[in-house]
Amino acid sequence: MITLTDFLVVSVALFCIGLYMIISKRNAIQILIGIELILNAAILNLVAFGKHDAVNNSGQIFALFAIVLAAATTAVALAIILNVYRKYKTIDPDKINNLKDQ
Amino acid sequence: MSLIRLLFYFMSFIAIASALYAASTKNLVRSIFVFFVTLFALAGLYVLCLADFVAVTQVVIYVGGILVLILFAFMLSGKETLDVMQQQKGKFFSLGKLPAILLAALFFIVMINVVLKADADNLPWVKDSIANNNTIAPNVATIDNIGVNLMTRYLLPFEAISVLLLMALVGAAHLSRKEAEA
Repeated sequence: MITLTDFLVVSVALFCIGLYMIISKRNAIQILIGIELILNAAILNLVAFGKHDAVNNSGQIFALFAIVLAAATTAVALAIILNVYRKYKTIDPDKINNLKDQ
Repeated sequence: MSLIRLLFYFMSFIAIASALYAASTKNLVRSIFVFFVTLFALAGLYVLCLADFVAVTQVVIYVGGILVLILFAFMLSGKETLDVMQQQKGKFFSLGKLPAILLAALFFIVMINVVLKADADNLPWVKDSIANNNTIAPNVATIDNIGVNLMTRYLLPFEAISVLLLMALVGAAHLSRKEAEA
């Protein structure tokens, strides 16, 4: 039988890979992929604990909510990335240094 | 070693290895397509947690929706990112990545310690649920129960998230519209 700790270890590994991607990448799309990895690590935890709640299914249902939220954030983030690209002709977050339109 | 454990190791190896490759490669296109593999392996892990409905949702929404969106964003802003890639090609190991690696590794050590100390399999409520037969059995269809719960116990969060999703999609459409004069 697979124990809960096994799933937690896998999700910790995914979380740290996502964290590394967010810090080190110089491309907004790869940073977005890192955020998705972290979200997936959290969803894995929810699902793994949700196995022990057969009546209310709280873990699985909130995992579904988290997936929907990830879809919503991705749609908005990609719209913002496209706007930034239109204005700056780059999607390197280090080079975007104006908060206000010139 | 039972088959289910073997499958678990297989899936988690694929998930972590492909995530590592997505993090280490300099090629954005490869990074996106390897992320596909990670998501599929994670869907397999959800099946091993006996959450088949979440696994199917993962495949439909993440692979069908989010990755297509990411690919579109890449294609609409692709030329510049390809140039950035060309510049970095010479360096094998850049010193600028060292702090990120260090931080991620330290986080990993700390969180592994936390997980091992927390000893999730012996938590009181987990033991209670095993004793009271509240654990999902592999031969029971959970989808009926999820549907009933979604429409009764979790109706308020369900409605809230539907409004939020509508807001996010309208906002995304508004942000990415063509300006009238610009």
